[in-house]
Amino acid sequence: MSNLIRNNAIVADEWTRVSPPTLGEEQVRKQAGKVVLFKLTGEESYSAEQIAQTDIPAQGKILLPLAVWLARRHEANNALEQRLEKGELGIIVATHESLEKLVESVGDINRLPIIAIFVERFADGRIFSLGNLLRTRYGYRNELRAIGDVLRDQLFFLKRCGFDSYLIRADRSAQEALSGLQDFQQPYQAAVDIPQPAWRRIPR
Amino acid sequence: MYKYDALDHQIVNERVAQFRDQTRRYLAGELNDDEFRPLRLQNGLYIQRHAPMLRIAIPYGTLSSKQLRKLADIAQSFDKGYGHFSTRQNLQLNWPKLEDVPDILAELATVEMHAIQTSGNCIRNITTDQFAGVAPDEILDPRAMAEIMRQWSTFHPEFALLPRKFKIAVSGTQQDRALVQAHDIGLQFYFDDAGQMAIQVWVGGGLGRTPILGTVIREHLPWQHALTYCEAIIRVYNLHGRRDNAFKARIKILVKALGIDEFRRQVEEEWQHIKDGPNTIDEQELKRVGQYFDVMPYQQLPAHDASFDAAISSNPAFAAWVKRCVHAHKQPGYRAVTLSLKPHGKAPGDATSEQMRVVADLADAYSFAELRVSHEQNLILTDVKLSDLLPLWEKARAAGLATPNIGLLTDIICCPGGDFCSLANAKSIPIAEAIQRQFDNLDYLHDIGDIELNISGCMNACGHHHVGHIGILGVDKDGSEWYQVTIGGKQGNDASIGTVIGPSFSAEEMPGVVQRLIEVYLRERQDEERFIDTVRRIGVDPFKQHVYAKSAEQDTGVAHV
Ligand code: SF4
Repeated sequence: MSNLIRNNAIVADEWTRVSPPTLGEEQVRKQAGKVVLFKLTGEESYSAEQIAQTDIPAQGKILLPLAVWLARRHEANNALEQRLEKGELGIIVATHESLEKLVESVGDINRLPIIAIFVERFADGRIFSLGNLLRTRYGYRNELRAIGDVLRDQLFFLKRCGFDSYLIRADRSAQEALSGLQDFQQPYQAAVDIPQPAWRRIPR
Repeated sequence: MYKYDALDHQIVNERVAQFRDQTRRYLAGELNDDEFRPLRLQNGLYIQRHAPMLRIAIPYGTLSSKQLRKLADIAQSFDKGYGHFSTRQNLQLNWPKLEDVPDILAELATVEMHAIQTSGNCIRNITTDQFAGVAPDEILDPRAMAEIMRQWSTFHPEFALLPRKFKIAVSGTQQDRALVQAHDIGLQFYFDDAGQMAIQVWVGGGLGRTPILGTVIREHLPWQHALTYCEAIIRVYNLHGRRDNAFKARIKILVKALGIDEFRRQVEEEWQHIKDGPNTIDEQELKRVGQYFDVMPYQQLPAHDASFDAAISSNPAFAAWVKRCVHAHKQPGYRAVTLSLKPHGKAPGDATSEQMRVVADLADAYSFAELRVSHEQNLILTDVKLSDLLPLWEKARAAGLATPNIGLLTDIICCPGGDFCSLANAKSIPIAEAIQRQFDNLDYLHDIGDIELNISGCMNACGHHHVGHIGILGVDKDGSEWYQVTIGGKQGNDASIGTVIGPSFSAEEMPGVVQRLIEVYLRERQDEERFIDTVRRIGVDPFKQHVYAKSAEQDTGVAHV
């Protein structure tokens, strides 16, 4: 059973997510005695070694981490570029990564059929700003998916920030999460989905 | 005051339903603690030492008598018959049951109240001057803008999970009483040369572990852009604020790290993209919201009232109260009145359900059925006729609400501290009570004059200790409770952060320490100098010497830490 919500319905997932391998021990970082849960904006996601050893399936629709795309897109006669051209390649941007690099590398952002934002911890609200910027600043019109620690109680905010698909965390029911999209009918402020504030929309 | 329309009602009702379901899922084990935490916090619900604590929003500190009666009823039915008014102008209940919270929220919704975003890493209740709309030194009343900002910040989708909490204060007076420099964003309203409402925008202030006063990021912002400019600031913060360390996650740390010039550059660049966008406020919306804050239907009264003058000269107790608790008003023949929630020997800011009902009655009888909560944790009736002051005083006194100590040493700002708060290093309420008992002589208090003493139970600084003329901070040393003392802090236009005088003290020593600070002041003061002026003139050293000399004499060798 798929755990993917797209346009208010549960649908099958056509995209295969490509993940770089974990090499050696994962280091636990600490700050002020506590385990660091969030990567800093701009931090590297994967080592060069991880990127080099990432196994990319030769067929089918793939979702590729931004770092892998940036490092390997010219490999093998621009094979990845060609798959992008064929509509078989989408990019995963983690919440600490920069959209500018993505935009520069693809030229026209709407060449991408899908962008997935990966949120490692649901409490990482950068995902909302990234969604908003993709839709408003960069004019992205295709599928915008939230993946990772995606839970029902953040869906309403994600929707308002321009997301239209949500891969609900595997241990939770997408069916139950669906109702989270309907928590509020008429929001106060302008955002991506409803671009006018209440006072311009409805007589008050 | 603002009245909900159908949309406002719908939103709070949807929120009640949403939270009811979240609570149900939590209790059913469908949400774990980590997942439920931000959800409950954004509804003001903490898990405390003894029970949950629920923080109810009082937007910019304004309440109707009807709302206050509802709060009294809620405190009685769901709690132990009292509530605590906080330095964020909110009301905290210390003993509600988790299962009851959805019902409490439903009750609140019936009187146009909620607990939305009173905690958590989001935009919090917007605060302002308790005398907004009536202060003689007011340039313009910022409440309509505060209400517009309240609506905009409510469930703002992009800023639902910021790196850390985010506090905004607005002020429209010459003498800042809203601590705009101690907020993540402070908006100081004024009229520009063209006679248009404009905003001086402060950013990056905050107390807490790293107390920093804000910096002006923009001198002149036309009011229409208040929301989009704040969005630009908060977006830069949301993307670049530190999330790896909660102690470094406030916007002030980002502003310091980048420097104000670079931070401003990023904000302005961001703003260029959204300036004039849909969240730009227009005249019509300002007018729609502004109508709820129109001036009250005042009577035309002479500036003096014979019965009031007679009562002042014949009744010294009344006169003493008027001196401390009654404040000037824009409208001739009217005054604003502070009802002290600081009777000596009681927890500062606490009010019983009974007292809340008395205050609601007083508001109905004498002040257009409205009142305010101040960040100093008192209640204010803003529009009282001179001729009503005497009967008001008599009733307030009978209810224990007329201690004539506003602005005096015993008008202590104090957080709930170790008696309630699970973050505390030390208790704060017993320290306040002990100091109030030590200085339980009104003549002496009046002689000491204007002074602000603020107590926080830990460095989160809910008691604003850094900006107290005397600040007391609970610290933990090897599992026991100690108190660090600062002097020279101040709120207002010339705000400053206090200086630590030296090693900390035990709880028993605290009343004596304050006593010795006061002794130095009384010895050194000139003319009409207030405590803070003396500290600023002579510096910290004379105070330090006296406190520690005395303390060494009395002390039998117990090492301070
Ligand atoms: S200052 Fe500390 S002890 Fe006091 S209420 Fe805030 S968090 Fe709790």
